[in-house]
Amino acid sequence: MASISDPFSTLLGLQDALQAFRTSGWLQSSPSGSGSYPLLNVFRKGDDLVLIAEVPGIDKSDLELQVKGRTIRLAGTKTVKYPDNASLHRRERLAGRFDRSLTLPVEVDADNVKAECHGGILAIVLPRAERDKARSISIS
Amino acid sequence: MRSRSWPRKKRRQPGRYYIPAADIFETDEALTVILEMPGVQKNNVTIELENGVLRVDGQIDFSNYKGMEPIYTEYNVGHFTRGFTLSNKIDQAEISAQLDSGVLTLTLPKAKDALPRRIALE
Repeated sequence: MASISDPFSTLLGLQDALQAFRTSGWLQSSPSGSGSYPLLNVFRKGDDLVLIAEVPGIDKSDLELQVKGRTIRLAGTKTVKYPDNASLHRRERLAGRFDRSLTLPVEVDADNVKAECHGGILAIVLPRAERDKARSISIS
Repeated sequence: MRSRSWPRKKRRQPGRYYIPAADIFETDEALTVILEMPGVQKNNVTIELENGVLRVDGQIDFSNYKGMEPIYTEYNVGHFTRGFTLSNKIDQAEISAQLDSGVLTLTLPKAKDALPRRIALE
């Protein structure tokens, strides 16, 4: 514990904290997430893993999915088009080429991976490889 | 006195709401609003235009997430809502909406009297 601290740094620290609190925007409405593209969540469902990504406006044929061992790669292209004579008022949707990979904590049975794309949501069911599953051993 | 800010209509359900990414562009005839609402089904979208404010609401069906335990998350799952104040005069009867792979496209045709008119000299 610092018994004597610089009062200015204490005050500045407090000011920074207040500023961060005020500008964090957690009380305001915000987008659901930001960072890498596309945004994805990973869930556990029984023994399997389910990867869900938001891919609004991306055609199935523009998505590329690869699984190898513990790594899953999701690549693709998103195009956003506007009419030639349009004047843009707001432009928030992202477009372009994306390529990201994710390393999973478990080995995946690559032959039985299933992927579905509906309503801008890509769901990938990744069954855990049989040899990676925990085995219970009976005690004799 | 009771606050009057509480919404009159109980249209909105409790839960998390997020802002959908939006593109807005204008042509000579219409204003187009494009909103990204991944996971929203057609019958869960409400679009209202009142006093020049366009409000779009998309509800998410959480039942798909039953029995799933999140282990790594980058985004929050929630409903979408966003409002826009329109400056142009819109032909309200002619508004059309389309939802395709999580992208909602709203076409708001300008009212006839707001369209630019060319006046011919006699």
